[in-house]
Amino acid sequence: MSVPDEDARVIPISAAPSYTDEPESLARLLAFVRRRITGDYEVDEFGYDAELTDKVVLELIRPLYHHWFRVETAELKNIPEEGGALVVANHSGTLPVDALMLQVALHDEAGRALRLLGADLVYQLPLLSHLSRKTGHTLACREDADRLLRKGELVGVFPEGFKGVGKPFSERYKLQRFGRGGFVASAIRAGVPIVPTAIVGAEEIYPKLGDLKFLARLLGLPYLPITPFFPLLGPLGLVPLPSKWMIEFGEPIRTDDYDPSAADDPMLVFNLTDHVREVIQQLLNELRLRRGHAFPPFL
Amino acid sequence: MTHTVLVTGVSRHIGARVASVLSADPDISRVIGVDTVPPPSLTRDGGVSLGRTEFVRVDLRSPDIAQVIAAADIGTVVHMSLVSAPSRSGGRAAMKEHNVIGTMQLLGACQRSATVRRVVVRSTTAVYGSSPRDPAVFTEDLEPHDGPSHGYAKDAVEVEGYVRGFARRRPDVTVSLLRFANFMGPGVDSPLTRYFTQPVLPTVLGFDPRLQFVHEDDAVEVLRRMATEDHPGTYNVAGVGVLLLSQCARRAGRPSLPLPAPAFKTLGSAARGLGLVEYSPEQLRLMSHGRAVDTSRLADELGWRPKFTTAAAFDDFLRSRRLHPVGGVRH
Repeated sequence: MSVPDEDARVIPISAAPSYTDEPESLARLLAFVRRRITGDYEVDEFGYDAELTDKVVLELIRPLYHHWFRVETAELKNIPEEGGALVVANHSGTLPVDALMLQVALHDEAGRALRLLGADLVYQLPLLSHLSRKTGHTLACREDADRLLRKGELVGVFPEGFKGVGKPFSERYKLQRFGRGGFVASAIRAGVPIVPTAIVGAEEIYPKLGDLKFLARLLGLPYLPITPFFPLLGPLGLVPLPSKWMIEFGEPIRTDDYDPSAADDPMLVFNLTDHVREVIQQLLNELRLRRGHAFPPFL
Repeated sequence: MTHTVLVTGVSRHIGARVASVLSADPDISRVIGVDTVPPPSLTRDGGVSLGRTEFVRVDLRSPDIAQVIAAADIGTVVHMSLVSAPSRSGGRAAMKEHNVIGTMQLLGACQRSATVRRVVVRSTTAVYGSSPRDPAVFTEDLEPHDGPSHGYAKDAVEVEGYVRGFARRRPDVTVSLLRFANFMGPGVDSPLTRYFTQPVLPTVLGFDPRLQFVHEDDAVEVLRRMATEDHPGTYNVAGVGVLLLSQCARRAGRPSLPLPAPAFKTLGSAARGLGLVEYSPEQLRLMSHGRAVDTSRLADELGWRPKFTTAAAFDDFLRSRRLHPVGGVRH
């Protein structure tokens, strides 16, 4: 055994490179597995399982976000670092992939968990209903929206609903009607800012050319799309086209100047809803120009 | 001033514990417990001691209860006698009669009484039903889209209707209506606690409901406060937080068996036919969509929070049944 000379320094074992990396991440992984197996984790009252969402669900979506759609975000500073806010975005793409991408963007780049308000159809379907709750989302209704905003959560809505996500390819980047403006009333009641958001790229993932209306009605679905590859190629037709995506967050629209009772004034709510819609349409037009071609390497 | 309390349903675990706590209160001069069957502590050893509670065997469905109330100058009525599962002998019809007719008789007697000043009624959060179209968290004022249409929960909805009617007719009486989440704890024996002690837990494929529990100690404390102080109104009572069914199964170290909804229903009915478990269509809905309630109204009114969260209540139940997750005890 050699005696260490004067140059040799004792370094703590935890500082050794081989120690910091592997055993610790292995220990973390084991701790994660142990927590999952023994049920020792927390979900909030809406059923949001933050750990599962971050470590498993988003982890599966991240490759799609970075490498398939190459999502770029802009003006993230418009998302408040903390406190309640309402993100209002356009909805498109036949399947709500834009909701997933928006969630990854806000989670990874703004450090905020997105709590989306979804259609009741989602909560009737097996699998989808509990996945939706576990990843933080809930039913679009006044009570849940108010509750989440009061708790200071970042809530997301797609006011176009099925009209937006299921619109034909020829209508791309044209905002559909914005429902009754319930989301605006909720923002006013909670006094939180509305962040108008434009998502460009989702329109091209499944270009909807037609609709199998009869079959959709039979299956209880809002629509059953015909795309260039679906149902022609069967399950292969479900692979989304690799369009280039951009998400921009607009200047927040403040609602704390209004009295909470203003939420019951239909005129005010409609006007504010129209304003939000116009802002998003404008953002959308500019962002689409900035992006250029939908499939940059090819076209 | 003498204060006499009547407790119905004392032969059941929570009822017995409430009677026992009230009889330990020096401000209460008499505690009278009624039920259709004698409490287990009187028939054999075991069961909760009722203290100085005087037991009277009364069938709530009969007008006899009016005589008890009149004879004893009852000041406070704590109505705990709500049966959540049909008994093997009586079946559903007897259960409904016990719950609904029993409450009507009791409230009728209270309405006539000149001495009753306070009525506390145990109800359940099952009155909200479980539906994919309702908000995730129920507050007391919420009208559910799809209220319960059968079973225990339907009885509770009807009972609540009669209680509200009574409160309107007797505005001088303080009426407290308590909607409890599922009871959980070492002494609780309910369809749900029996479910969790099965070797395999059948679940509905593709659903993972949110469940909420209230620990028996907290339930007893809430009932004690309500029976000794004036807190009119309707209150949700549940431990803080929720557990998912999958999380419960993991904590209990029990494998779950996901079945498609129709198969779950068939299995439930078959097991019920064999007398193995109590199963009702309400359970399929709870096991699919779950339910959570907001308890801030109770916390504000009492200035108190349940000692056990939903998770702590469930863990305490698991400890008492020696159930633990795979790989040992969780800390």
